[in-house]
Amino acid sequence: MIWVARVVACAGLGLVLVPAFFVFSGLIAWETHAALALFGTVLWFSAARWTM
Amino acid sequence: MSLTAKLDAINEFDRQPVSADRIQGSGTFVALFAGEHIAGTEFVIGPLFVAHGVTATDLFGGLIVGNLLAVLSWAFFVAPIAVRTRLNLYWQLRKITGPQLLFVYNIVNALMFCFLAGAMISVAATAVGLPFDMTMPGLNDRYPNSVSWVIVVGLVGAVVTGFAVLGFDRITGFSKVAWPWMLAVFVASAVAVLQQLGVSSFGEFWLVANERIWTGVPLAGQSKFTFWHVMFFAWFCNMAMHIGMADLTILRYARHWTHGFLSAFGMYLGHFVAWVASGILCAAALGEIAPGPIAYMGIGVTGAIAVVVAGWTTANPTLYRAGLALQTATPNWKRWKVTVAAGAVTTTAAMFPALMMQLLDFVALYGLILMPMGVVIFADFWLLPRMGLQSHFAELHGLQFSWPAALTWTGTLAVCAFLPMEIFFLGLPGWFLAVGFYVLFCYIQQLRKPGGIVQEVR
Repeated sequence: MIWVARVVACAGLGLVLVPAFFVFSGLIAWETHAALALFGTVLWFSAARWTM
Repeated sequence: MSLTAKLDAINEFDRQPVSADRIQGSGTFVALFAGEHIAGTEFVIGPLFVAHGVTATDLFGGLIVGNLLAVLSWAFFVAPIAVRTRLNLYWQLRKITGPQLLFVYNIVNALMFCFLAGAMISVAATAVGLPFDMTMPGLNDRYPNSVSWVIVVGLVGAVVTGFAVLGFDRITGFSKVAWPWMLAVFVASAVAVLQQLGVSSFGEFWLVANERIWTGVPLAGQSKFTFWHVMFFAWFCNMAMHIGMADLTILRYARHWTHGFLSAFGMYLGHFVAWVASGILCAAALGEIAPGPIAYMGIGVTGAIAVVVAGWTTANPTLYRAGLALQTATPNWKRWKVTVAAGAVTTTAAMFPALMMQLLDFVALYGLILMPMGVVIFADFWLLPRMGLQSHFAELHGLQFSWPAALTWTGTLAVCAFLPMEIFFLGLPGWFLAVGFYVLFCYIQQLRKPGGIVQEVR
């Protein structure tokens, strides 16, 4: 189960970080980045506590 | 129960040196340092550098050198003593200062903790107030600027105090989970606003950094910062922890003294990446300093959550420690009552935006005030035996109050108060003054005390 939590946590962190670079490149709107970051935050805090 | 007995009782659990089975590996210290130094203050310090008109070259150069000096201070000042004695700051200092002087130190430390926690409550309040369209405090605001600010700070303070009363183990655990996310929030926020500043490729960053972010022009009413300000601030902003030896309490669990170098994870992620990122956000927000709005501008609701979490995870353990320290001064008060009282003081202080807006000066003052006692530990451990003087003199002679340590502390601060330089630079001459004072006073004390001077030089 821990590896599942790790994957989910990493995906959450990725959703917080990566879309910002897409905003910088003009590929997505700022609002999409903000929504993805919020979803990533939920994923991170749901999963990270099981991995540490 | 006497003050000494109460102090000892609070620290009873840590009385013995750390046992071999509780020694921690390097991974623990990476998380500890990163978790502690990617925090709420980072949202304020980066913008304040922008407000003080530092240039991009001075900022990056000052942060690289200053953070390196901070890492070396942890590695060469704190860690070697920590792994040899494996005692926390309280018991290490008690052997040198005697319990009565340690009591005074504890109270001063607690008050500093209260103000630091107050700044963090102010930081969190700027995010909590966003949905209520609260008027944010400005850079030059000293007093509460609206009723809504007072109400929001009061609510945040009440919640933080409530959790501190319940104990802080879970909150400390939470900050360990939060730091990778918080670092991602800092970086993502900054990257997302780069286009607004006119950066269309990473190759253009340095040009825009000089022209629109760290322009070298201070905001109205702010002093001009140079390379030296940034370098000394980066080095000394945690002076209480390294040169002041507070992190003996953490590094006593280290397997090897070289674990002190792992402070680089806190310094270069928190005090470099996060400060640069929050500076970029401040410039994109046209000089806005309040952390809540600038974080929201970078990454939306996640940014506001990050500011609340960052302020909360820093304020809670700080307030908890302040409550523990103040408990010694309030006989017959239970810990929860003392923590509530400390929370009330802290929350009241937080209502004054000056605490947050003058954070650079406060952090420098905090480090300077506690630094001489760290020097006392350093000199007592390394220098006295080599000079034929007795270490741990107060403990060995049953003294309640070490006057050499007390005079070193007060004398150093008194001389520093009259030195003609800004507070950010005082730590360096202060260190040499404190070493000189302590060695001199110990020599006088031990010369007068029969059996004081050790005959064999170790």
